[in-house]
Amino acid sequence: MQKYISLKEAASIVISGEAGQGIDTVENFLTRIFQLAGFYTFSTKEYMSRIRGGCNSTEIRVSSSPVSAFINKIDFLIALTDKAIPHLKERISENTIIFSEKENFPITELSQEAGGKIYSNMISAGLILGLFSVEFNLMEKEIKKVFSEKTDEIINNNIKAAQSGYGLAQKYIKEKNLRIDISPNTDAKENILITGTQAVSMGCIAGGCNFISSYPMSPGTGVLTFLTKNSEELGIISEQAEDEIAAINMSIGAWYAGARAMVTTSGGGFALMTEGVSLAGMIESPIVIHLAQRPGPATGLPTRTEQGDLELALYSGHGEFPRIILAPGTPAESFELSHRAFNLADKYQVPVFILTDQYLLDSVYSTKPFEIDKTEVNKYVIKTSVNYKRYELTENGLSPRGIPGYGEGLVVVDSDEHDEEGRITEDMSVRKKMDKKRLKKLELIKQEVETPELTGDEKYKILVISWGSTKEIVKEAILNLDSDGIAQLHFKQVYPLPEKLNKYLAAAEKTIIIENNATSQFGKLIKIQTGIEVQDKILKYSGLPFSVEEVAEELKRICYGCKQL
Amino acid sequence: MDVNSYNIENIDIAWCPGCGNYPILDTLKQTLKELGIRPGELVMVSGIGQAAKTPQYMRTNVFNGLHGRALPPAVAIKAVNPKLTVIAQSGDGDMYGEGGNHFIHTIRRNPNITNIVNNNMVYGLTKGQASPSSQKGFKSSLHTVTAEPFNPLAVAISLDASFVARAFAGDKEQTKEILKKAITHKGYALIDIFQPCVTFNKQNTYKWFKDNTYYLDDSYEPTDRVEAFKKSIETEKFPLGVIYINSNKTIFDDNFNQKQVNIKEKLLQLKR
Ligand SMILES: Cc1ncc(C[n+]2csc(CCOP(=O)(O)OP(=O)(O)O)c2C)c(N)n1
Ligand code: SF4
Ligand SMILES: [Mg+2]
Repeated sequence: MQKYISLKEAASIVISGEAGQGIDTVENFLTRIFQLAGFYTFSTKEYMSRIRGGCNSTEIRVSSSPVSAFINKIDFLIALTDKAIPHLKERISENTIIFSEKENFPITELSQEAGGKIYSNMISAGLILGLFSVEFNLMEKEIKKVFSEKTDEIINNNIKAAQSGYGLAQKYIKEKNLRIDISPNTDAKENILITGTQAVSMGCIAGGCNFISSYPMSPGTGVLTFLTKNSEELGIISEQAEDEIAAINMSIGAWYAGARAMVTTSGGGFALMTEGVSLAGMIESPIVIHLAQRPGPATGLPTRTEQGDLELALYSGHGEFPRIILAPGTPAESFELSHRAFNLADKYQVPVFILTDQYLLDSVYSTKPFEIDKTEVNKYVIKTSVNYKRYELTENGLSPRGIPGYGEGLVVVDSDEHDEEGRITEDMSVRKKMDKKRLKKLELIKQEVETPELTGDEKYKILVISWGSTKEIVKEAILNLDSDGIAQLHFKQVYPLPEKLNKYLAAAEKTIIIENNATSQFGKLIKIQTGIEVQDKILKYSGLPFSVEEVAEELKRICYGCKQL
Repeated sequence: MDVNSYNIENIDIAWCPGCGNYPILDTLKQTLKELGIRPGELVMVSGIGQAAKTPQYMRTNVFNGLHGRALPPAVAIKAVNPKLTVIAQSGDGDMYGEGGNHFIHTIRRNPNITNIVNNNMVYGLTKGQASPSSQKGFKSSLHTVTAEPFNPLAVAISLDASFVARAFAGDKEQTKEILKKAITHKGYALIDIFQPCVTFNKQNTYKWFKDNTYYLDDSYEPTDRVEAFKKSIETEKFPLGVIYINSNKTIFDDNFNQKQVNIKEKLLQLKR
């Protein structure tokens, strides 16, 4: 019997193959063309920690309205390897349309016809665009643009390859009576396509970052790559340090000399930086730390995702000193918060964390262009006078920060306890004053905490709490439940927390927290601050992000019997 | 207050009477004065240890960071503001032990900074444990040393360091001359200074250093790397003076093209 399939609003395409088969190329190509054709897209990948072989997959969602979250459902699977079907068996349903070499997609033969194996990516891309009947012209133009520096033969072969995939798809649609009625939306064309990595990097640049020292570690490396690529043009000093210890000590030295510096790393590398975090706390140096989470302990799952390092960031560094932890959940937030991180670090002379994860960083979002005009580089460095004292005791705890060579004064900073001039002291009364002064800054910081975002029913009975990268997944899950009485409270700053947090919690009959970790680290932090234990926890720590369906199911399970759902 | 003076009035110096750090401090201040480098143009960077306290006893810009971590901030400070004179100074434990990796890679980078190591062949501040440069047979407060000592000069020359020298704290005049060359050298300059620790190293005393060292004479040509390496592994008597110079190296701070840019404009044209 012939299946009659109709997809109206959105579809999910998964391409799965071995590392090295060029799935990323197909993803880039497709998202760009879908965008040009007026579709909203979202794509996210899961991949193994290897350069060749294995089995990876990339999901591309195509929609007539904005989508920004991972879903489990697969409408179309392009299986470029035999391993793809077993690899994705839990996500394949009877409605999944599969294209595989064995069954219906003679990709080897087609690529030979087109001129060789390297053209197979373009055949896959053609196939998918053919299924959606995207104007072939768009594809042809894009091929000419991307390969503009290649020979005519290569360009023609690519076009031929794309055509063969496209033709196959069109034939398939007719045969199977398949209808895809996802209508394009001109608004989508105004959007930009951007990864979390790019958004964080651009935010840092907007924040005036002009120095980066780091040691490669996935998934934090992308930001180092991005800034380095643009370093010449922007006058950014970029250095690959010998280790993470050097990296953070360099960046702190850079701030001392007047730069706006950052490091980017992941949990293991950050663990090595923690003495440096404490140094920044003591000498009251600004420092921006992009901590890109992946599952631990130790090397863990290098290419997977987790929200397992909140406590590491929160408690890193010996001794007591204030800090700020920001946790963006979308590219827009990544841009805005990374930009803000530099201003906050400079203003309060404290470590500021941008806490992200592999899922956010690697996903490609279609989003409104960033509000570049609203960004500002706020500088707090002062010109020193002859009697300048780096650690002058002031009412609010903030001592104006000078840098060497700017003004008449001298700038003395010391990791030992010090007096107002920065000279080593063991005088206990000075120690107390200095410790108090440093800690006092937290009070100022609290006055400009990012307010959590409440979406859904304002008169909620059920409050679902999320932070960081789960934002859009939870939002879509709640939307899918389509019920009153439920709201999402999302945190893009996880430390310090706003004073009125209690109010949000107290208004709910039921509180649920969603975290991509095993021990509900944010839940624990909420309890410390409010004394309130969040009632139910939805936790995932397999190394994969939550899917929209998974969150919706869990919410239903927990709320079963609640009259609201 | 004399803005050109490195002296601080009324300071409580934490060193033992007779410590080799005193003549090094004096000599360094004298050298800077003679070179006409003003306190405001200098940044002294150090780690933690007795030697690493030196900057605290000088009226200048100071970055006294973490144990073993003097070099990374020094490299960054110089890169960010090449107009500053940057000296990174610490003890042998700090530079060669805890900070050994930075020592290697800073030499490779070749920033235009001076690296002074007060080498007393012992951990002073933590009371007499062996340091990487403790001599074989040294009775530390823990074990008697059985490992071969770390040879900073040989390591530096093997890495083709831009400038490598050794001095002896007990001889201020000669140390000053070597320091002058180190500070004015363009590129990374290592000066390892034998420094008696009168409290925890009873083996390598002022007398021992005097008896076991000799100055390279004027005929010595420090640009021959193989000859320099031979000098660096001499232990019968340790040579003092400038042992190796290679002025033909790329300087780290020259790699960067710092400029004021209109960020908002540039953000629209970034390479992804
Ligand atoms: C991370 C860290 N580990 C250990 C110490 C303790 N510590 C301080 S100085 C020092 C060794 C000092 O030896 P050296 O660098 O040779 O300096 P000296 O006191 O001999 O001048 C040690 C182990 C520390 N401050 N920080
Ligand atoms: S312990 Fe040794 S190095 Fe430290 S001050 Fe005393 S003599 Fe000098
Ligand atoms: Mg020592």
